[in-house]
Amino acid sequence: MKLFEIFIASALINNFVFTRFLGLCIFFGVTKKVETAVGMSITFTSVMMVSAALSWLVFNYVMVPLDLTFLKIVIFIGIIASFVQASDTIMRKVSPGLYYKLGVYLALISTNCIILAVPLINAGDKYNFIEAITLGLGSGLGFALALIIMASIREKLELANVPRPFQGLPIAFVTTGLIALAFLGFSGIITQ
Amino acid sequence: MQSQQKSTNYWSLLLIGVFKENAIFRLAISLCPAIAVTTGLKTGTLMGIAVVFVTVMVNITVSAIRAFIHPKIRIPVFMLIISGWVTVADLSMAAFARDAYKQMGLYIQLIVAFASILTRAEVFASKRSVVPSFFDGIGSGVGFMFALICISFFRELLGKGALWGIDIIHAKPLLIMLLPTGGFIATGILMGFFNWIDIRFYGGKGAGGAGGH
Repeated sequence: MKLFEIFIASALINNFVFTRFLGLCIFFGVTKKVETAVGMSITFTSVMMVSAALSWLVFNYVMVPLDLTFLKIVIFIGIIASFVQASDTIMRKVSPGLYYKLGVYLALISTNCIILAVPLINAGDKYNFIEAITLGLGSGLGFALALIIMASIREKLELANVPRPFQGLPIAFVTTGLIALAFLGFSGIITQ
Repeated sequence: MQSQQKSTNYWSLLLIGVFKENAIFRLAISLCPAIAVTTGLKTGTLMGIAVVFVTVMVNITVSAIRAFIHPKIRIPVFMLIISGWVTVADLSMAAFARDAYKQMGLYIQLIVAFASILTRAEVFASKRSVVPSFFDGIGSGVGFMFALICISFFRELLGKGALWGIDIIHAKPLLIMLLPTGGFIATGILMGFFNWIDIRFYGGKGAGGAGGH
């Protein structure tokens, strides 16, 4: 039951984009087309799960015993960057087709707050291994949901008659605000 | 004469960071904390100070050791330097500003992932000497802080009817400004306002926003 709660909470209630404001740059950067948004969300969700697992192992079996938890920012960044680099290389060798579809986004990932946030939240909330992966999956799917909703709206916004200073990003921000208002409705689902 | 020339250069470095290439309103990068920590003027300013500190220290460090960094491994080295200084900011914030830290701890740690800081290190500090890098760091850091202060000013004023925790408007506040929605809308409107200034007075095209990360 706890797993289900973590999943729903991370995907909807504490949605990374609309409630926690993470990954905004990516969110506004890639949501001009639905196709890009879908590719991006697949890549991000898988990277978030794997990095949640890897960083949990390192945090609990290396950093806690050695009393290195104060270095968590440096170490997590290192783990994510090397994992992304490795999967980039492996994907290019093993499946070039997939690499050309998703590889473009992989490069964007290593210094991204939304990826780094998952290990940091896991470390802060002291989740166990399965819970940590669930948080990664839930937040990844929540992020995917946000990207796809926003991309669909922005494809329509291109055709709308928006005042010139508000064209592009400003109107996207205001729209996001309204979606965030809708997501506020989820906050009653689980009472903790 | 020479010093005159130099000082104007430093001044323009500062101004470019604050207005022309303002990270949030013009370049639309490093957005996450702009909305997360701007529910009050105090947290917004503290976050701004942390970012100025990290940007300046990273620029100084990168520029001071730039001769020893092999070009091939420069990005990992920059990340290491940035995360080191962020850890310093994080731990000192935890020690000296306990209450604010509880509210914004995660976002302080996420300064590591700011594209604006990495960009300054890569584009400017890795090629120039220490003093210009210092001013460039102050410029882009203060530009960021200026944006945070603008956003949190309006959000706290309208959302709580207060500024820096002191009650100013004795009326029922607009709670929506404190919610995530208010953050997005306030940022969007301010961004539109700065675009309007750019179009109206400088003949620009408006930011539109490349939207890096």
